[in-house]
Amino acid sequence: MSTTSQERPPSQGAPSEHTPVVTGELITKRRVGAYHHLTFLAPEVAELARPGQFVALAVGGEVSANLLRRCFSIHQVSPGGTVDVVVAARGPGTRWLTDLSTHHEVNIVGPLGGGFPLPKDPASCVLVGGGYGSAPLFWLATVLKERGCQVEIVLGAATGDRLFGVTQARRVTDRVTVTTDDGSIGTKGWVSAVLPDVIGRSRADIVYGCGPMAMLKSVTEIASAHDAVAQVAVEESMACGIGVCMTCVMPVTGEDGLTRMLRSCVEGPVFRGDRIRWEAFENGRCQVPEDAYGAASTRATND
Amino acid sequence: MAPPRQGPLMIDMRVDLAGMRLPNPLMPASGCAANGKELHRFFDIAELGAFVTKTVLADPRSGRGTPRMAETPSGMLNSIGLQGPGILDFTRGDLVWLKSVGARVLVSIAGNTVGEFGDVAVVLSESPAFDAVVGVEVNISCPNVANRGLVFACDPLSSANVVALVREKLPRHIPVFAKLSADVTDIVQIASACVKAGADGLTMINTLLAMVIDTDLLRPQVAGVTGGLSGPAIRPVAVRAIWQVRAAMIEGDIASVPIIGVGGVRTGDDALQLVAAGASAIQVGTATFNDPTAPVRVKRELAAALQDKGFARFSDAVGIAHTRLDKAR
Repeated sequence: MSTTSQERPPSQGAPSEHTPVVTGELITKRRVGAYHHLTFLAPEVAELARPGQFVALAVGGEVSANLLRRCFSIHQVSPGGTVDVVVAARGPGTRWLTDLSTHHEVNIVGPLGGGFPLPKDPASCVLVGGGYGSAPLFWLATVLKERGCQVEIVLGAATGDRLFGVTQARRVTDRVTVTTDDGSIGTKGWVSAVLPDVIGRSRADIVYGCGPMAMLKSVTEIASAHDAVAQVAVEESMACGIGVCMTCVMPVTGEDGLTRMLRSCVEGPVFRGDRIRWEAFENGRCQVPEDAYGAASTRATND
Repeated sequence: MAPPRQGPLMIDMRVDLAGMRLPNPLMPASGCAANGKELHRFFDIAELGAFVTKTVLADPRSGRGTPRMAETPSGMLNSIGLQGPGILDFTRGDLVWLKSVGARVLVSIAGNTVGEFGDVAVVLSESPAFDAVVGVEVNISCPNVANRGLVFACDPLSSANVVALVREKLPRHIPVFAKLSADVTDIVQIASACVKAGADGLTMINTLLAMVIDTDLLRPQVAGVTGGLSGPAIRPVAVRAIWQVRAAMIEGDIASVPIIGVGGVRTGDDALQLVAAGASAIQVGTATFNDPTAPVRVKRELAAALQDKGFARFSDAVGIAHTRLDKAR
């Protein structure tokens, strides 16, 4: 375990809030359905992390031709200093990660982003996870339970092997509802099929969501219809994860009523669902809403 | 007894770029470091020779829709569209903060018209924290704005018009660097036009206009259709462009001005290539996305590499490859 962050020489105006950049050893890896559960030893990251934050992993080693970091929400951390992530091997970067043998080291930046906002007083909470998007919700559930909250969870996926964490959910929440598109496990259909009932019967104050954008939109709509607040952790492709590349933006309306293109890494990844301009997302693209801050001057000069 | 001191402290890394005196030649590349606060969580940005801001225009800009990027071999394509706060908010917020942490600021400016470049320069020069500004980089080469046929840096006359106006609007002690594109037939011609128009230095190179197709959807991967290619993949293009312009200066075809080299620098050795080709300073861009500490790491590595090769001063290595050419021929 070594840290590059400690190599920084002291000087005037040194950063007050520091984000660790560490080399984390992969200590365990296991297959969970369609996914890979990886555990890294990274005490500096584990110590600072909160539910809903993420880590950015470098892939391919020091001379990798894949320069962009892969960002994963933190599944859980342990007091011993481990950080767990859940990875779906989809492209060259995630395949490199899931092909690693234990004891290999990976450069990790984190924790990054703001975590899930937590209620000050005990509240009724519903957690909704799509596929392996559920990864951060179990740790969140544990923290909410410690605060005296009532916690139900809904886990949905296309097929049974793409569900993540059903067993763990039974341990850390009050009630678990499962849906699959093919009906192989739980209720056949999307999470939106069961969510109105779950939110209604639990009289939910807060609905936390993590998963594909289409699901988060639906979670927000259902929560709003039941006067619950939706807090959703978004998935937008990021190049850096630290707020400098400006690629992971999405239109979010602020308290001043103005919509801005906010970075989902540093200004998210958790946003109030009713603040996201869902209508801007279509067909794998997100348009800048015409009324967004600075949209006019961009439009005037971009063909 | 302590072992003899190794490392960068023995080499003089100071540079003087057209009167811009910096403790070392390392900078972030514009648009790869936001406006400082984000990287300040990883290292003290006052350790950099200068901090180059994200290009700022007159008005606030939302930038383009998403997807805005695509990973490419040893690089990436970006299509941000110059998202930013506009010059007024920039001078009231980011610039004040940069000054508060002791950064030497090289402000990157742009405009949709020649006049807008001048307006931005005026607002900047009249702002309260202007004393933190050590220079202005005129971004005439962003591929993600305007009608691409009219990227200023693709035309010598347009480039000269912008540079002359910005030069006129800024106080004489603030050097003006023109940021050039290598997407031109003859970069020496553009460089010459900028220098004649009053550019105190040149920054080379901006991203290269490029495109990626998403083969699942069989459509352009970024929403802006085309984007700017950056990263180590374009480093040889940067080395070539710097070499050509430096050679023209040595030949006396262009007045000799400092070149800030940028393009695909990931390591100290990469930086050394640009320096040997003729760059008097180095910007680190896309590598920062891979390693947030890249700008200061490259500074250490470059100093170590120069020291290993027996240099006492960084400035002695600038353009050195031009002096080692004849024998090779």
